Amino acid sequence: MINKLLIIIGIIGMLLILLPILVNFQSPTNLSALAEEYVRGSVNDLKSPNVVTSVVVTYRGLDTLGEVTVLFLATLGVGFLLENKKNKSTQRTVSENIRTTSSFLVSLIMVLGIYIFTHGHLSPGGGFQGGVVIASGFLLLILSDLDFKISHAILRFVESISGLVYVLIGLIGLVLTIGFLNPAILPLGKYGDLFSAGAIPLIYSLIGLKVGSELTNIIATMGSDRSSESVVKEER
Amino acid sequence: MIETLILGFILLLIGLYAMLSQKNIIKIILGFSIADTGVHIIIVSLGYLKGRRAPILDSAVDIANSVKEVVDPIPSALVLTAIVIGLATTALMLVFAAELHKRKASFSIDDYKELKW
Repeated sequence: MINKLLIIIGIIGMLLILLPILVNFQSPTNLSALAEEYVRGSVNDLKSPNVVTSVVVTYRGLDTLGEVTVLFLATLGVGFLLENKKNKSTQRTVSENIRTTSSFLVSLIMVLGIYIFTHGHLSPGGGFQGGVVIASGFLLLILSDLDFKISHAILRFVESISGLVYVLIGLIGLVLTIGFLNPAILPLGKYGDLFSAGAIPLIYSLIGLKVGSELTNIIATMGSDRSSESVVKEER
Repeated sequence: MIETLILGFILLLIGLYAMLSQKNIIKIILGFSIADTGVHIIIVSLGYLKGRRAPILDSAVDIANSVKEVVDPIPSALVLTAIVIGLATTALMLVFAAELHKRKASFSIDDYKELKW
């Protein structure tokens, strides 16, 4: 009884915190001064058509570095808790159809993922989305082929190298005294080209590789931990 | 947009209620995911401007007058990373739940009295 009362008090408290946002809400008709500056700067200073990418990679680049670190810590936690136990207890077989279709689809999914993160400055997408698409390709591979084993050493290598190069690119900006993570360390090129917007495609590709390898690591660690699954099988 | 803002608040409150009232750890994690989605919808709808385009300045947008044609890019950028971080933290929580299940073969928080204070 007292529990339910506390829950209701908690919900009402949250509602009271949120209510001012709702009551004072007016549909904005213009961009804020900061957003206007970002939209103009993306065209004039960075030559990157996708303003969201400009904000994520350049204007708030330090935040993105921090968020990639959070992702890394979460992956570390998953790997630390679920140690890779060599458990050969899979009597399950995968049907021929699924195996054939997935081996055909995986290559297409990988190409789509790479396309999404290399074109992050031109079209909707970028490193985070492309990385997730690549991880979903690996998930399909793990689900369809039970003997499939990803080398954790390679994943860790790709992940740490891309993280290191990401920070080094930022530091080059400091050495050239144009600012940390400034993409102008490379020539800006022509507006709308694939090789334009300075270092933005390079940084976003590195983020894509890092996110992709980290999420693949999470999936592979969870997939290889079949000890609880075998318990369920014995109960049946 | 006020409709999506209200939808976001409703999702946030549903998620919060699930987190507070459920005993099953998996259901608590589901509640967190629902609340997370609600927060994303709230942030995006705060930056929405009626009748405008996505902030991608290609040939479909008048670039000289772009400030008057696109929505606010900052909330989109915040939500973009928040979704991936949400995925990673949910994975971490599920692993914690799996680890607890290995110890006592139960997902109910009533069986883990040592976590109580």
